[in-house]
Amino acid sequence: MADNTTNLKDVPQAKKAAQDEAGYWAANVRMIYWSLAIWATVSFGFGILLRPLLKGIEVGGTDLGFWFAQQGSILVFLGLIFFYAWRMNKLDKQYGVEED
Amino acid sequence: MDQFTLNLLFVGASFALYIGIAVWARAGSTSEFYAAGRGVHPVTNGMATAADWMSAASFISMAGLIAFTGYDNSSFLMGWTGGYVLLALLLAPYLRKFGKFTVSEFIGDRFYSPTARLVAVICLIVASVTYVIGQMTGVGVAFGRFLEISNTAGLLIGACVVFAYAVFGGMKGVTYTQVAQYCVLILAYTIPAVFISLQLTGTPIPALGLFSSVEASGGEGSVYLLTKLDEIVTDLGFASYTEAHKDNLNMVLFTLSLMIGTAGLPHVIMRFFTVPKVSDARWSAGWTLVFIALLYLTAPAVGAMARLNITDLMWPNGTSGEAVSVEQIETQDEYAWMLTWQKTGLLDWEDKNGDGKIQYYNDKSEAMAATAAANGWEGNELTKFNRDILVLANPEIANLPGWVIGLVAAGGLAAALSTAAGLLLAISSAVSHDLLKGQLTPNMSEKAELMSARGAMAIAIAVATYLGLNPPGFAAQTVALAFGLAAASIFPALMMGIFSKRVNNVGAVAGMLSGLIFTLIYIFLHKGWFFVAGTNSFPDTVDGSLFGIQSTAIGAIGAIINFAVAYGVSLATADTPQEIKDLVESVRVPAGAGAAVDH
Repeated sequence: MADNTTNLKDVPQAKKAAQDEAGYWAANVRMIYWSLAIWATVSFGFGILLRPLLKGIEVGGTDLGFWFAQQGSILVFLGLIFFYAWRMNKLDKQYGVEED
Repeated sequence: MDQFTLNLLFVGASFALYIGIAVWARAGSTSEFYAAGRGVHPVTNGMATAADWMSAASFISMAGLIAFTGYDNSSFLMGWTGGYVLLALLLAPYLRKFGKFTVSEFIGDRFYSPTARLVAVICLIVASVTYVIGQMTGVGVAFGRFLEISNTAGLLIGACVVFAYAVFGGMKGVTYTQVAQYCVLILAYTIPAVFISLQLTGTPIPALGLFSSVEASGGEGSVYLLTKLDEIVTDLGFASYTEAHKDNLNMVLFTLSLMIGTAGLPHVIMRFFTVPKVSDARWSAGWTLVFIALLYLTAPAVGAMARLNITDLMWPNGTSGEAVSVEQIETQDEYAWMLTWQKTGLLDWEDKNGDGKIQYYNDKSEAMAATAAANGWEGNELTKFNRDILVLANPEIANLPGWVIGLVAAGGLAAALSTAAGLLLAISSAVSHDLLKGQLTPNMSEKAELMSARGAMAIAIAVATYLGLNPPGFAAQTVALAFGLAAASIFPALMMGIFSKRVNNVGAVAGMLSGLIFTLIYIFLHKGWFFVAGTNSFPDTVDGSLFGIQSTAIGAIGAIINFAVAYGVSLATADTPQEIKDLVESVRVPAGAGAAVDH
């Protein structure tokens, strides 16, 4: 898969002919898996279930878990959405499936 | 100028602004009116979507719920923002590619079944009506305070205004009106928070102020705001602010319900159908969350700081000193807000032991019983403090200038009215367009369609007002139930429609119905049938509930049931036809979006 991507990058004029929808979808699903893993780790993980493990790390009168539950996870969510949008818009072009 | 006139001025000016922009935008271009969002920059669209989405629950109710429970209600913060990740990654770009305008149309086409479309419409109506009940609770609080009348009268007047606003309706579609509403809303939320953060911590950014230090009680040095808050609330027998008191299972399920529900609500999803391109749908979700986060990062600070201020006011000399006296409340300026809010019936106090002072403490705490007996306290004397009043009362509690109070009144009304009216429009179009014209009576005339749309709106607002008088919970809690219903019914169907080629018509219908019915019955068993108080079979607490899961958290289980049933039934029945597999393939790639011109 990785080779495929590089090749397409080198030959941009061939992108229409080389549409690889299955490869594109697989790459997208992989991105989604990773993103959702981070999404769950910061909210359900650091914010709730793993909070006892973060007890030792102090943040402004409380612990890191409290910060993740009330603010940190929101900031990570923002980062995730923008990263995904940026990455997918690049993937669209690499696989030649972007809008005309 | 007295406060009442000032409030009137701010509310009047903000409404004049919305109507002015609506008229201006209308005159500018008619097409803009019909296709809100098309040709609009993703940033502008994000701002408008944020205004559309942040309702009475976010603006009026949420910080109050956090203030009185602390960490345990972090679910609202994570849930109502985390849903946008699901929306951006799992739904928005594909639904935009699909290119129709409503959620039920997608479900009807993807599952090649009018029945699936019908079931989707029913799910949408059930979730939206529940949502409106929550909004009406907030509308009642806002109007009651603003007009200085009882909550009930405020709710009735508010219902009439919402109805008029929704019938006038066109305003709703104009993106720039919503941009203006967003600006009013966010200024109204953050300006008082900045003032209060400066007063308490010296930090102008409330989100940072939450983790800064304040003067310690008794004036000895400084401690962190949260440390002090923990100390004074536990002194009064309340649960500590930063600790977890709820079991992990309920907290995880509740957060998950709110997240999935956010990604399953029709009026949010619809915004992403109308952006110009698939890539814009991805960016738009991000920008929407930026504008929502501005309020959501401030909300926990608003909650914590208000709790601190209230406790300080009730115990002016610290929790070890004397409580505030009835005379102080009745005569001193700092307590004037208590007299104003008493008129709404949402705040009250009673000098039970007749000592001329109002002792505010947790009379349900066994540890406090000895202290209370020793001091001659006969129960908590701040007898009523409705959590929904906290955000609106906040600037008065902190003794901020009158114009800030007026601004907050305008912001609260903007949040409640825009979302309530938007939901009424969604319900009426679902009933008249999708249900009656699309399914039951296809030959209906345009005039009859319009009449039935109005009729549906009137019925929905009447039901919501009636239940809003006796609400199943505080505004944000009722809204949370609506999210649970959307989570259990709509989101799984949409997601499987995109990510599985195998789920077929029978599976989708069975899945949606089982998710919806399971969740609805579980909620009714705990909140009363059709939310009528007193008809519930189980108490609405974690310990008393049927499966040990709160009714607000059950939507996540409903969603899992929906996924499992839909997949199981699909495997047991015929495979999806080839043209549906092709449809799914085409939805998955951005190429060819806006197909009407290109292909």
